[in-house]
Amino acid sequence: MAIITYRDALNQALREEMARDDRVFLMGEEVAEYNGAYKVSKGLLQEFGEMRVVDTPITELGFAGVGVGAAMAGLRPIIEFMTWNFSLLAIDQVVNAAAKMLYMSGGQFPMPIVFRGPNGSALQLSAQHSQAWESWLAHIPGLKVVCPATPYDAKGLLKAAIRDDNPVCFLEGEMLYNTKGEVPDEEYVVPLGKADLKREGDHCSLIAHGKMVLVALQAADEMAKQGIMCDVVDLRTIRPMDVDAITASVRKTNRAVVVEEGWEVCGVGAQVVDYVQRNCFDYLDAPVLRVHQADAPMPYAKALEKSAKPDVPKTIAAIKQVLYLD
Amino acid sequence: MSTTKSVKKKSATAAREKTPANPSSSPLSADDAKTLNRELLHSMLLQRRFEERCAEMYAIGKIGGFCHLYIGQEAVSSGVILALRSDDYVITTYRDHGQALVRGMTPNAVMSELFGRQDGCAKGKGGSMHMFDKSLGFFGGHGIVGGHIPMAAGVGFAIKYRGGDQVMVCFMGEAAVNNGAFHEALNMAGLWKLPVIFIIENNKYGMGTAVARASAVTNLASRGDSYDVANAVVDGQDVLAVREAALVAIQRARKDGAPTLLEIQTTRFMGHSMSDAASGTYRPKEELEANLKRDPITLHRKRMQDAGEITDAEVEAMDEAIKRVVQESIDFADASPELPLEALMEDILVETTS
Repeated sequence: MAIITYRDALNQALREEMARDDRVFLMGEEVAEYNGAYKVSKGLLQEFGEMRVVDTPITELGFAGVGVGAAMAGLRPIIEFMTWNFSLLAIDQVVNAAAKMLYMSGGQFPMPIVFRGPNGSALQLSAQHSQAWESWLAHIPGLKVVCPATPYDAKGLLKAAIRDDNPVCFLEGEMLYNTKGEVPDEEYVVPLGKADLKREGDHCSLIAHGKMVLVALQAADEMAKQGIMCDVVDLRTIRPMDVDAITASVRKTNRAVVVEEGWEVCGVGAQVVDYVQRNCFDYLDAPVLRVHQADAPMPYAKALEKSAKPDVPKTIAAIKQVLYLD
Repeated sequence: MSTTKSVKKKSATAAREKTPANPSSSPLSADDAKTLNRELLHSMLLQRRFEERCAEMYAIGKIGGFCHLYIGQEAVSSGVILALRSDDYVITTYRDHGQALVRGMTPNAVMSELFGRQDGCAKGKGGSMHMFDKSLGFFGGHGIVGGHIPMAAGVGFAIKYRGGDQVMVCFMGEAAVNNGAFHEALNMAGLWKLPVIFIIENNKYGMGTAVARASAVTNLASRGDSYDVANAVVDGQDVLAVREAALVAIQRARKDGAPTLLEIQTTRFMGHSMSDAASGTYRPKEELEANLKRDPITLHRKRMQDAGEITDAEVEAMDEAIKRVVQESIDFADASPELPLEALMEDILVETTS
């Protein structure tokens, strides 16, 4: 098994799926000649040519709509947003078009389209470039929303997203591209809608997705030193959410902390907590706590930014609180 | 894509035809012209009679929601869509009943959709604004002004991707030309040379706002110049003029894979939707009355009568037959079952098979 970066894992998924199905094409800003703003599409132009790896003008609404139209006509577009922050210019195509086309056409027009790109905050990019959009997107029936945390999942989930006949919003962690992990040499696909238990423990469930899975794992490592063993449930797919996996873990540990990169109000964690209270009410030994970004736009200043972000110490504090330690 | 780098711009502005030249196809024989003219008359009259009854059905609550009638603009849909091949594509706005009928959707399917019934073209899930029929290449009525214009470019992209020679026709109201989606789509269509015909149905009012109150430049066709898209202004009350312009644009798309922007000037005889008056607050009564004299159906009928192609009795017979078909569509829609409540949660996602 090779150890490769999250970036290369995504690149492999694109390459393999484009080779597998000639209806698949990649379109977006700088995806071709520049090899992608984050180099995820490196080498694809040379391999697949200008018709299948298409540089666009800076025109998110326009090229997202081109993707929707191409999907209606039977192609399988992968639309790259240079970051999900820019997708707001295109959100009419994602929400009003891609998500609803099947329904309002009475089942005639499936939308086999992937919208993908980096999501969440990086370092000192300030307010407009540091946002996690999964809770917005997951609100919409007709969309699937995926947030991979590891190279293995990034590759397997992207392959599944490209093969899916529905619109999939694929949110990559902007800070994860350089992270490394094991990826099998042989073909594999990770099914959408299935969470993954990244670590096992009986004392507390940590429920996270995307970059926050790494935070949860580090917090779990720290707690293990004190003899506190945590389940780390990686949601992987936000919609559809694997409620069974959440339920099974919380019924086992009786305590839960939900960690997410986005804001608190109406966030993904709010939905997780709702599932937990409905399915695990009699099993809970403490209120479920959430760790999330501070309820403010992301500041530029280093200390403020650090203070705004969910991190390992905040997660550890929440774990201790649900365990009534300290 | 090969065109992204290698497009040679002929000049700063695209060729612009105020009066479209005759298409290269040979002139029709008298018999063929007569047949075509009858087909055009029938097509326009069907739309008119169908929508007159829609207004009635709306008034008695059989049709709900928003309902935007096309009455007065029928020469645009008939002139363009009947010039297409069956494997071409059409996409349009929420004012879509007429175009759906001309493309070949049955009055039964359209009326049932309007009634929200199972036999509707979208099983009653779309309603007035969302007519779809994939088998006819009818890619929908869309409800967000401008939103469907990039989709048209996307279908054009798919045609080019596959090396096909089909054409995508995209109808829009004139108010959409101030929308970013219009400019983004036209830029890509011009840049990549996509076989898309963008049709502005300029009925002079975006809801209740006159063109001159919304557009800094009121020569809307000229917006194509910015994107190297050939463009022309067309009299939308003359169905033959519309057809001629459409044929030129179709030829350009099919043979050269190049886009066209047509500004087809027309008049909406009704209000924006069923909820506003045809004239009054935003449109002077006198203006509407003057425009009503250029009814596309009356003009075409008169031309045919002057040429001895049709008699009053024949027109009347055609009209009666159409009225019967429309009445049948109402009866059919009335009898069509309501969707079972389980249908609420169907068609949200499909089962992936690949």
